[in-house]
Amino acid sequence: MDLIVLRNKITAGIESLNLRSNQILNLIKMETYYDPKDLKNFGKIGEFGQELADKFFDYYGNVFKDSALSAREKSLIALAVAHAVQCPYCIDAYTSDTLEKGYTEDQLMEAVHVTTAIRGGASLVHSVQMMKQAKKLMM
Amino acid sequence: MKSLFASHNPLSAPDVQLDALHKLEMTPFSERVKSAGLEEIKPLPISILQVNLGKMCNQTCKHCHVDAGPDRKEIMSRETMEQCLSVLRNSTIQTVDLTGGAPEMNPHFRWFVEELSTLKKHIIVRCNLTIILANKKYHDLPEFFKVHQVEVVSSLPHFTALRTDRQRGEGVFSKSIEALQKLNQAGYGIDGSGLLLNLVYNPTGAILPSDQKGLEAEFKHRLKQEFNIDFNVLFSITNMPISRYLEYLIESGNLESYMEKLVDAFNPMAVQNVMCRNTISVGWDGNLYDCDFNQMLELPVNTEKRNIRDFDERALGFRSIRVDDHCYGCTAGAGSSCGGEIA
Repeated sequence: MDLIVLRNKITAGIESLNLRSNQILNLIKMETYYDPKDLKNFGKIGEFGQELADKFFDYYGNVFKDSALSAREKSLIALAVAHAVQCPYCIDAYTSDTLEKGYTEDQLMEAVHVTTAIRGGASLVHSVQMMKQAKKLMM
Repeated sequence: MKSLFASHNPLSAPDVQLDALHKLEMTPFSERVKSAGLEEIKPLPISILQVNLGKMCNQTCKHCHVDAGPDRKEIMSRETMEQCLSVLRNSTIQTVDLTGGAPEMNPHFRWFVEELSTLKKHIIVRCNLTIILANKKYHDLPEFFKVHQVEVVSSLPHFTALRTDRQRGEGVFSKSIEALQKLNQAGYGIDGSGLLLNLVYNPTGAILPSDQKGLEAEFKHRLKQEFNIDFNVLFSITNMPISRYLEYLIESGNLESYMEKLVDAFNPMAVQNVMCRNTISVGWDGNLYDCDFNQMLELPVNTEKRNIRDFDERALGFRSIRVDDHCYGCTAGAGSSCGGEIA
């Protein structure tokens, strides 16, 4: 079927159902590698190896406690790192956590720009190597 | 913005609200309590009488569990207030918590406070701050509160205008700041004055409140630094999935995930300290409830006599507290009550 015809049929169908945008999104359940519901099962990673999981969660819990850095500060660092490692679960979790800890949306965005600056800088600083090599090779 | 009631939204009906929660098919709250090895929630001696003076308010906040607003006309009569006073005269209840709507908009508010003051009760008023500036007749409220040693508890969901205004309406933040400065000028929130000014933090979205102490430190720092405002304690309160907040959750597609968060964060320690154990809530019409939330869901106390005119403290002491799935809001994480965290 022509894609435009198909799109029009879907649009007409959705309009006839009088659905809201969030309901439409809920209806379109696409299968992907990442399922947001999996985040809830993070605690079950011990199923295939409880001892190390217990050690990890114990460590994790201690890392995020108030200490030389506050739990609040650590949450914002976690959000920035989540973007660096591009972990969708971590992004969901620490977006909620930082908002719950009172950070504002512009503060969250600034943290992501820190990630971007470091990631971008990490690429750009390698250009020094590229330039050295280019200069060596070229007349 | 109109109230759900005035806009004829089906969600203004309590049974529709409870249906929306029940459809999620989560473990019923009463079963969750039992599976945690806890007994049914039982009442303690009543120490707080929370009196809702009416649904009339100068604001229409997006998260309001009362569905209050300028279009609501239900307010407590002087006769019902007299019945409250009569109960208090013959009772050991020490604290009277005045709420609304904006309780100050009730024409008998000042008289009621004066009478309560004569009875030497500890008086709390849930003041939305902007009411102090709303009309000349309210400008002297800080001084009035001071004369009667009223504890002021006020909502300020965030220390930024953007987030506060999103929840409470355009321009509310700047007016709240001005009102807080006036309260500070009267001595409220100032160390050594004995005049208590406590703030309430409600999350401005489908999130749970974080650690109360951590938020309090941030609020104190920011409000002092930017507006020279002092206050005593920050109460961190979870938004209840009822009324207008429920509508927001449904409209934003967050209801299921929010309820999951509440259920997952169920804390048996919080169950021991829920406010319905030591509080009785009085509706604008004198009807009695286990809490302000049950009041809005029209779930009256489980006793034969259910109005302040027939107040029977002994029978209330043996009542079975009514719970439903909205109660997950009081038991999530560090728990939540009108006085903030409970666990």
